[in-house]
Amino acid sequence: MSKTHVTTTINGEPTEYLCEASQSMLDVLRDELDLTGTKEGCGSGDCGACSIIVDDRLVCACLMLGAEAEGRRVLTIEGMSHGDKLHPLQQKFIEMAALQCGVCTPGMLIAAKALLDRNPNPSETEVRFGLAGNLCRCTGYDKIVRAVLDVAAEQRETTR
Amino acid sequence: MMEAQYRAPGSVDEAVALMAGAGGKGRVLAGGTDLLVQMRAGMVAPGLIVDVKRIAEMTAISQIAGAWRVGAAVTGAEIHDHAGLKKAWPGVVEAINLIGSKQVQGRASAGGNLCNASPAADSVPALVAAGAIATVQGPNGRREVPVEQIPAGPGKTSLKPGEIVVSFTLPARPAGSGDAYLRLIPRTEMDIAVVGCGVNLTMKDGTCTAARVALGAVAPTVLLVEGAAKALVGSKLDDKAIEAAAAACRAACKPIDDKRGTIVYRTKIAGVLLKRAVAIAAERARSN
Amino acid sequence: MSEQRRYKWVGTRQNRPDGADKVTGRARFGADFNLPGELVGKVLRSPHAHAVIKSIDVSKAAALPGVKAVVTGADFPEQPDQLLPAGEMQVNLRDVTRNVMAKEKALYEGHAIAAVAATTAAVAQEALSLIKVDYEVLPHVIDVQEAMKDGAPILHPHMRTDGVKPAPEKASNIAKRLEFNKGDAAAGFGKADIVIEREFTTQPVHQGYIEPHAALASAAEDGQVQLWTTTQGHFQVRGFCCRLLNLETSQLRVTPSEIGGGFGGKTVVYLEPVAIRLSQKAGKPVKMVMSREEVFRASGPTSGGWVKVKMGAKKDGTIVAADITVALQAGAFAGSPVGPSCMCSMACYDVENIHVVGYDVVSNRPKVAAYRAPGAPISAWAVESVVDMVAQELNIDPIDLRLKNAAKQGTKTHYGPTFGVIGMVETLEAAKASPHYKSKVKPGYARGVAAGFWFNVGADSSAAAHVGEDGSVTIISGNPDIGGSRASLALMAAEELGIDYKKVRPIVADTASIGFNFVTGGSRVTFATGLAVVNATRDMIGQLKQRAAKLWEVDVDAVVWEDGEARPSSTNVGKFEPLSLAKLAASASRTGGPINGHAQLNAQGAGPGFGVHIVDLKVDPDTGICTIDRYTAVQDVGTAIHPSYVEGQLQGGAAQGIGWALNEEYIYDAKGRLLNPGFLDYRMPVASDLPMIETVLVEVPNPAHPYGVRGVGEVPIIPPMAAIGSAIARATGVRMVDLPISPPRLSAALDAATPRMAAE
Repeated sequence: MSKTHVTTTINGEPTEYLCEASQSMLDVLRDELDLTGTKEGCGSGDCGACSIIVDDRLVCACLMLGAEAEGRRVLTIEGMSHGDKLHPLQQKFIEMAALQCGVCTPGMLIAAKALLDRNPNPSETEVRFGLAGNLCRCTGYDKIVRAVLDVAAEQRETTR
Repeated sequence: MMEAQYRAPGSVDEAVALMAGAGGKGRVLAGGTDLLVQMRAGMVAPGLIVDVKRIAEMTAISQIAGAWRVGAAVTGAEIHDHAGLKKAWPGVVEAINLIGSKQVQGRASAGGNLCNASPAADSVPALVAAGAIATVQGPNGRREVPVEQIPAGPGKTSLKPGEIVVSFTLPARPAGSGDAYLRLIPRTEMDIAVVGCGVNLTMKDGTCTAARVALGAVAPTVLLVEGAAKALVGSKLDDKAIEAAAAACRAACKPIDDKRGTIVYRTKIAGVLLKRAVAIAAERARSN
Repeated sequence: MSEQRRYKWVGTRQNRPDGADKVTGRARFGADFNLPGELVGKVLRSPHAHAVIKSIDVSKAAALPGVKAVVTGADFPEQPDQLLPAGEMQVNLRDVTRNVMAKEKALYEGHAIAAVAATTAAVAQEALSLIKVDYEVLPHVIDVQEAMKDGAPILHPHMRTDGVKPAPEKASNIAKRLEFNKGDAAAGFGKADIVIEREFTTQPVHQGYIEPHAALASAAEDGQVQLWTTTQGHFQVRGFCCRLLNLETSQLRVTPSEIGGGFGGKTVVYLEPVAIRLSQKAGKPVKMVMSREEVFRASGPTSGGWVKVKMGAKKDGTIVAADITVALQAGAFAGSPVGPSCMCSMACYDVENIHVVGYDVVSNRPKVAAYRAPGAPISAWAVESVVDMVAQELNIDPIDLRLKNAAKQGTKTHYGPTFGVIGMVETLEAAKASPHYKSKVKPGYARGVAAGFWFNVGADSSAAAHVGEDGSVTIISGNPDIGGSRASLALMAAEELGIDYKKVRPIVADTASIGFNFVTGGSRVTFATGLAVVNATRDMIGQLKQRAAKLWEVDVDAVVWEDGEARPSSTNVGKFEPLSLAKLAASASRTGGPINGHAQLNAQGAGPGFGVHIVDLKVDPDTGICTIDRYTAVQDVGTAIHPSYVEGQLQGGAAQGIGWALNEEYIYDAKGRLLNPGFLDYRMPVASDLPMIETVLVEVPNPAHPYGVRGVGEVPIIPPMAAIGSAIARATGVRMVDLPISPPRLSAALDAATPRMAAE
C-alpha cells in the first residue's frame, strides 16, 4: 500500500500528512490530524456537520479526498478563533443560545462564516438558504438565523 | 485488498492516458460529490482516481464568438459567481446551482452531474434545452456530442471506455432568447428533483420562433420533448399553446413510483413545471 | 409576566458554561474519544426483514489477519422475561439482548447478526463480508394494521396478547391491549348534537439526532470495564450493559461524552454491550461508530400508528364524549409508547365520558425508541384534528372551543390522576392574546391551531456541590447536557447561594463519580436534577452556616445565609463581620474540613405541561407544496430558568413536528427493506423550510419545585401535526388524515376532491 504524501496549509499552519488515496478529508482531519472539531453526521454531504473552507470555498470534508488538499488552504472550526478571542459568530452563538446539543455547531459556524465572507448584508432568506446545507435538529434554526443576522449587522456597523 | 491510487494530472491528454492505463478501473474525480458517496457505500472501488480539477481547460469558463465554453469540472460556486454566463444562460446557471447545498456547490460540476447519469440530475435538462454540446476526449481523440446523447440510463452513459467529458459549449443564439429551469422538490433545498424541466425559447415580435424543452426524473434518461417544442414554436405562447406543450410533456413522461414521487404525481408536475418554466423563459426572452 | 424580577439569576439569559467548548470544536462527542491501540468494531446486519438464522459461520472472518474478535448472539447470555425502564418507556431484558444481537431470528432489516473487531476499518469491513449466515427467509409484515390481522406473519410464536380476557391461546403480533374509561362514552354520545368520526395514520419517524451512536469500550483482564459513549443516560447504559453481560455495576464505569442530540433515541443500548463484549474477547479497546445508514436502519425510530377518533359535542361546543382507539407499531419487540399515547390523547380536555383502547403491535421494523413525548403526538394528531373539525362544524373559534372544554385544576383525567395546578387555560388565553393570533390571516393563507399535553417526569437524581479553596463552587450531577441543562442547574445553584453565576461551574460526572441519575429524558432534568442541585446546595449552605457559627462561637440558628455570605440573624447575636464563601472556604480546615453538599432524591410532583401552537400556511394547489409563513408556540413552562433554552426547546420541538407533519417518514419496499436510510430522502426540515418560530412562555409555577419548574422539552412536538393539518383543511377544504402530508399525497387528495383537475 502506497500512501499519498500531502503538503497543505490547515488553519494557517503548514501541514504534511500521508493518506490513503480513497481517504476523505474528513477522515484525515479527524483520524490523522486529531482535528475532531469537524463532525461526521452522515458521510454523504447531506448534513453539513463536516463543513470546512478550502481556498475560500465552503465544502463538506466528507465529499473531498485528503489527497486533494495538496497546495490548498484549509480552514476548520479549530482555526476560527484567534488566540483567546472567539470569532464574532462564535461569541454570538453562545450569547444568543444558537446551539443546544452543539454537534452541528462547528459546521454551522463555518458555513455562516463562508456566507458572511461573501455576503456581509444577507437577508433572512439568504441566511436560511445559505445554511440550508447544515442540518440542526435541536433549535429549529430560529436562534441560529438571528445570531448570523445580528453578527452581520454588527460587522456592518463596525466597518462603516 | 486493492488500495486505490490518486493522480491529479495537469492536462486532458495526461488524464486520458491515465484512464487508458487503468484498464477500466479508473474513475474521474471532478467534484466528487457522487463518487465519494458511492465509494463510501461500497458501490464502486476504483483502482485509480483521476482528479481533473488541476486541468486548466476543464476548470475554465470562456466565450468564443458568442458561444460559451464551460469546463466540465468548473464548480457550481464558480459558475454562480460568473456574471457573464449568468446573464447569457440564466436557466443553465440556475440548474447547476440547484445541485445540492452551498457545500456541494463548492465542489460539484456539470460534468460530474452529467456523467453520474442520474435521471434526476438538475443540470442536464437545462443543458439539453440549451442545445449544449459536450466535448469528449478519449483514447481515439476528441469528438463533439449533443448532451442529450450522453445519458444511457440510470448510472449509465454512452461514453466509450476511457472517455472524459472535457467541456460544454452553449451555442450563440439570436436576440430575444431566454432559458429557465425549474424543479420540484418536497423541501426547499437539499433534495433530488422529483421532476425537473428546462425550457429555452427565442421570441420575435411576440411569437416563439424556436424552442427546446427537456424533462428530468420522469424517464430513465433526461428527455428532449420535441412535441412540447412544436406546440410552442409559431405560437404567441397563449394559454392554448402552453397547455398543448404541457400535455406533450405529460405524454412524454415514462416515470416510476419510488420514494421520491408517484407516476401520477410526476406526470402532473411535468405539465405544471413546463407552464411555469415557459413563463420565466419567455419573460427573459422578451427582455433580452 | 410581572416586570419585577423575582430572582437575581433564575430567569436570566447567561452564557452556557460549555459554550466556548462547543463553538470551538473542543467539546468531545461520542466519536471523538480514542485510546491507544484501539480496534475498530463493525456490525453485520440482516438484509432480510424476517428470517430464521439457521447458522452463522464466522471461521473465515476470524482467520482474517487483523481480526481480533468476532461475536454473535451466542456471546450474550440469555435474559429473563423482565421489564426495565428505558427513558420514558419500558423494555424487556429478553428482548433487549436480542435487539443488541439477534439470536434465533432476524426480525428487521438492519438487525445486528454478528460483529467483529479488527485493527482497521477496512479489515473489519472485509471480515464482515466473510461471515456466512444461513437464513431461512420468512414472510414479513411492516404495517401496523396488517400486523394485527389474522393470518399475519407472526414475529414471536410465544407472544399472547396481554390484557385480554380470557387469555388468548393463539400467538399474535398484538403484545398488549390497554383500556381507559371515564364516565360512559356510549351514553355520552346520546347527549351530543354532532358526532364526528375519523381514522388517522402516521408513519414512523426518526429522532434524527445529527450525531450517530458511538461507543468506546476498554475491558481489562481483571474484569473491570470502562466505557465512553454518547447517551442520554450513562447510568442506564451501565445498568443495561451489566445485566446483558453479567457484570457488577461497580465493575463498569461509564463516562458520557457530549451528546449530539438524542430526543429519546439515546436512552437504550445498541453498540455499547457489543463494544464491551468485543473488547473482552480481544483484550484491547474497541471503538464502534454507526454510519448514518445504520442509525436509520437499526436505531430509533418512534412508532407509526393508526388512530380512530369518535367525538360528540353539543351545539354550544361542549364535548360530551370521546371514543378513541390507538394502535401503535412497536417495531420488532413489544413496547411501543401506546400507554402514554392513550393517556395523553384527551388530557387537554375536561370531558365527562371518555373511552380509550390501545394496542401495542409488533412488526418487522427496528424496535422503536422514545421520541420526545413518546406516543403523544400520534394520538394528538388525530384528536386535535377532530377537535378542529368540531370547531369548523359548529363555527366556533378553535381556541374558544378548547377554552370551553379545557382541563383545569381538579379535572379528573381518564387515566386516573386529578390535575393539580396546571396552565391549560392560561396557555389558551395567551395564545388568543398573542400577536400572531390577533393578526389577520394574509390573503391566500390559512390558520391552524392545536394543543398538546405531556405529564413530565421526576424520578431519581443525585447531585453534589463542592466549595473550592477560593470560595468558587462546583456543581456535580449525572445527566448529560443535551440542550443547556448545565446552565439551568448553575443558575439555580447561584440563586440559592447568592453568588455570581460565573462562580458556579457545573459538571456532568461519570457513573463512578456521582450517585445514580435516571436518564436525561421525559423533560425531567431541570425539574428533578434541578431539585437535587437545589437540595445539595442547601445542604452546603447548612454546612457554611455551621462553620460560621463555629467561628463566631454562636448557635447555628443565629446564622443566616444571604447574598453569598453568612450573617448574624439579628443584632442580638452579636456584632460580626459577614463571612463570604471565600472566607469560609479559607478557614474550612479549622472548622471541620472541606465544605460539600449532597442530595439524592426521587422527585415527585412533576408539573404537567400544556402547549398551543398556531400556524399560518399556504398550499400550492398545483403541486401540493405547503409553505409555512408564520408559526407560534405557546406553552406553560412553569418557570423559565433560562428563557433562551426554554424557547429553544419550543422552537426545536415545533420544527421536528413540522417535519413529522410534512415530509418525514420511513419508506419500505415490498421485501421490507428501508428505502430512505439517509438525510437526503429522510427529509428533516432545513433552514430554508422554516420561518422564525415565535414563542410565548406562560409561567404557571409548579408548586412541587422551589423555582416552579415544569419540564418543557416534550410538549412542543405534540401540536404541530394537527395545527398544520387543520390549516391545510381550512386552506383547501380537504382534511388530511394520513401523515406525512407530503406534496404527492396532498396533491392526490386535492385532485380527488376536485375531479375536474384530475381528469385533465
